[in-house]
Amino acid sequence: MSVKENPIAAPLAAAVVRHIPGVTGIENLKRLSGGASQETWAFEAMRDGAAIPLILRRAPGGDRAASATAAGLETEAALINLAGEVGVPIPPVRLVLQASDDVGRGFIMDRVEGETIARKILRDDEFAKARPILARQCGEILAKLHSVDMAKLPPLRTSTARDEIEQYHQTYKTHDHPHPVFDLAFRWLRDNTPATASKISLVHGDFRHGNLMIGAEGVRAVLDWELAHIGDPMEDLAWICVNSWRFGNIDNPVGGFGQREDMFAGYEAAGGGKVDPERVKFWEVLGTLKWGVMCTTMVMAFKAGDRSVERATIGRRSSETEVDLLRLLAPRKKG
Amino acid sequence: MQDQPTAYELIDIVAEFIRVHAMPQMTGHAAFHALVAANALDIVKRELAIAPKASAEEAVRLQNLLGHDATLDEMNRELCTRIENGELTLDTPGLADHLWAITMTKLAIDQPKYSGYVRALEEEGQS
Repeated sequence: MSVKENPIAAPLAAAVVRHIPGVTGIENLKRLSGGASQETWAFEAMRDGAAIPLILRRAPGGDRAASATAAGLETEAALINLAGEVGVPIPPVRLVLQASDDVGRGFIMDRVEGETIARKILRDDEFAKARPILARQCGEILAKLHSVDMAKLPPLRTSTARDEIEQYHQTYKTHDHPHPVFDLAFRWLRDNTPATASKISLVHGDFRHGNLMIGAEGVRAVLDWELAHIGDPMEDLAWICVNSWRFGNIDNPVGGFGQREDMFAGYEAAGGGKVDPERVKFWEVLGTLKWGVMCTTMVMAFKAGDRSVERATIGRRSSETEVDLLRLLAPRKKG
Repeated sequence: MQDQPTAYELIDIVAEFIRVHAMPQMTGHAAFHALVAANALDIVKRELAIAPKASAEEAVRLQNLLGHDATLDEMNRELCTRIENGELTLDTPGLADHLWAITMTKLAIDQPKYSGYVRALEEEGQS
């Protein structure tokens, strides 16, 4: 779609010209695929004949309220800035949209070049040198992310392990289809919830493939802060180990590229504190169950009228998490 | 008794039609969704082949675990409740085996290439 045909193009160009010094206009505005809860647009701001590659993150349709668990776009922009201040690689935020900009709610950030698609990162030669160092890097990045000063955080929901368990149990009950393995996992989680969190910190909430911009030398940016909250930092270390995010490389628990020990070593070396692997396992069970329950919410969306064949078939992927849960909770392998 | 081709054969030829004839003429999102549609038909094919026997065996195990007979749906709901309230645990004779059996059946139908399933099959052979 050309800039001229798109209704947001004119107000967006005006906002960018108004707020970014020297910019005279925008070009190549296009909607990127993915992200049902938020719109993502790519465009270039023109300054002295040079193009600045930028990303617009915008509320769906400009102002539709996000889900209850979403942090909100202004909050997301503030978190990206705070994470950048403590050394987390992030796409710098150029401007947070105001109501007077007439573009809707959202913010504009730099477009960091690289790859987010897991299968390319895990298989292409371009990333061969990055793969062995990614696990440690992820540990270092998470240690920094969890060090963000709590006093500086914008208003953010707090979600403890118990909160997460109850939230997803409620969703499972709403779906009203029996999954005995889910009940086994919920029971195990309730019986094994740590009495207290390792500490309370900022948690990214969706630290995995798709939200990590990766280049030949490693992680370039941590993206998509929509699910950020305050909670137990071990949640982030475990989520990236959920087998669904290993994309077939089952023996490389960290994102299909590395070992837990390397991530933990990077985390501890960067000041994240001592990692308790049992606690990470607890969160890996919870993360696996969360993804399984999310797959069943696709069934609910499908039955409610979202008749996409893709949506329908994701429901048949909750069984993937059930075999992962059984391998975690009732392993049959001897020794 | 229904006439031929069987349901399995009809699903099979439609999936083949999508892959061999329709998809090559499609591009972009439509081609992607056609592939997803063909994969969905493969799930139905496997379910037609696997589920009748597996469901019958599931019902027998559930009767043993619960001590009475009911519909498959009712027995599964009761099983869930009794796991949730801690009445049935992994220490209950037969429960772990039952959960493994239903899960391996689901994966054989839904996602037989999934890494966790492939690994579980290998581990099943070792145990």
